[in-house]
Amino acid sequence: MRSVHAYLLLLPAFVLLVAFTHYPAVATLIDSFHSTPKGARPAVWVGLENYQVMAGDPVFWKAATNNLWFALATIPASIGLALVMALWVNERITGRSFLRMAYFTPTVLPMIAVANIWLFFYTPSYGLLEQITGAFGLPSHNWLGDQRTALGAVTLVAIWKEAGFFMIFYLAALQSLNPSLREAAAIEGASRWYYFRRVQWPLLMPTTLFVMVNAVINAVRMVDHIIVLTRGGPDNASTLLLYHLYEVGFRFWDTAHAAAITVVLLAVLATVAFFQFFLLDRKVHYK
Amino acid sequence: MSATQQSRLVYNDPTWIDTLAAWVLALLWILPLAYAVWTAFHPSEYSTRFELLAPLTLDNFARAWAAAPFAQYFLNTIMLVTMILGCQLVISTLAAYAFARYEFAGKNLLFALVLVQLMIMPDILLVSNYKTMAALGLVDTLLAVGLPYFASAFAIFLLRQTFMGIPRELDEAARVEGASPLQILWRIYIPLARPVYTAFALVSVSFHWNNFLWPLIITNSVGARPLTVGLQVFSSTDQGVDWSVITAATLMTSAPLLLGFLLFQRQFVQSFMRAGIK
Repeated sequence: MRSVHAYLLLLPAFVLLVAFTHYPAVATLIDSFHSTPKGARPAVWVGLENYQVMAGDPVFWKAATNNLWFALATIPASIGLALVMALWVNERITGRSFLRMAYFTPTVLPMIAVANIWLFFYTPSYGLLEQITGAFGLPSHNWLGDQRTALGAVTLVAIWKEAGFFMIFYLAALQSLNPSLREAAAIEGASRWYYFRRVQWPLLMPTTLFVMVNAVINAVRMVDHIIVLTRGGPDNASTLLLYHLYEVGFRFWDTAHAAAITVVLLAVLATVAFFQFFLLDRKVHYK
Repeated sequence: MSATQQSRLVYNDPTWIDTLAAWVLALLWILPLAYAVWTAFHPSEYSTRFELLAPLTLDNFARAWAAAPFAQYFLNTIMLVTMILGCQLVISTLAAYAFARYEFAGKNLLFALVLVQLMIMPDILLVSNYKTMAALGLVDTLLAVGLPYFASAFAIFLLRQTFMGIPRELDEAARVEGASPLQILWRIYIPLARPVYTAFALVSVSFHWNNFLWPLIITNSVGARPLTVGLQVFSSTDQGVDWSVITAATLMTSAPLLLGFLLFQRQFVQSFMRAGIK
């Protein structure tokens, strides 16, 4: 009888989870082996054709390499900055509450809104960035319109948005450290760097793992700013996988091709999940 | 031991280099926002000229408000975040209670199935979810924007942890008094978990206020568009050049969150912390 209650309590959550997470994940996998249904013509089994089309598409590879660079830049940079910010505002530094607010504010604002502000910031000839570089006598440069700098420009926006968010988790972890560790280190005469390297950093390891998993997920998921800033351009120089998926699925309406791209994204996330379980197992041994 | 050495050893005082670097970084961090505020509150001829005595104006906000149905967008977003939060709280409270306090066959498997959603968010499954909404006839409705988020693995996980930390004795005492399971949930578990509910609510509201890609895809008319999509439609059409109006619209759409954040900064930060640690 008790277990019937339990199933009833779980029912609403599971109806929705199955409908919008489990079913679509499985359906996407099945769709990726079928053609796109058009009008009266239903989808037919095409085997690996969608994957062959995807692998033969240079835009897909461009998006994948861009996404890799985007991840390799945003993950370490935002985590590193977050850690430094947290170490600062955890101490009695001048203007601590202002600093906390300044670092955290980008996190609360909608990406779509701040991306508009950055678009203005990057605008050629009269944006703020141009005015600053112009004041130093540097030549005018179209940061978002140049293939060499577009990806870097959108990466910077992502780091700016994320760092303050991750700072919060480091700050929470730093505040939960036992104060007697600090006293012990002081008595032993350890330097600040030594204290960080041998005490704070190892104890922050679980937080670093947690933040890293989030950073990887975000590297796959952040596209709002691409839509505002560059629309993947110029010439796909700043396109990312999810943006490519959006274009294939909802601008060209090629749903079978889009399903194949979704499967790639799901595979990336599943790998992250696997590593998380693996690493979390190790984390247990710390305690 | 000299005084300076003493203070260095307790690590309480960052050096002047730390302070300087922290401030430079903080100013860089709010620079884009400060620039937007400057542009929005000055006439457009001052949008890229910085003069201390430039006249202030609210004209840009009035023009933005008149140029697009922002009142409708605000209403849509407010209804959307309220609907999502309400459903998330009810649905995940029930599920979390089952996971925390009941024994049943397949419990671990079912919990693992919940956790799948932490990795595979609805954002990735756009194409398939669009088909589902089309089949249900819900395309271009507020319900379709919210529906994939009603069951939140994050909320279930967070509340399960909290409920498991509540002593069973309270539960048993209430049962002896003749309280039903739902009464126990309502009278004991929910009140004791209130800080976690606040934390989740702040995180959820700011997430869905800011959410963009799914609403962009599933809506195509003013009646269902939330603010983020409305702002994008507004700023990507031929307003293109008038930055004063666009930044005014941008600040307007973010203002409720920004004000809420500045007023309840401590709760915000603590909520995000609490949500992250569990």
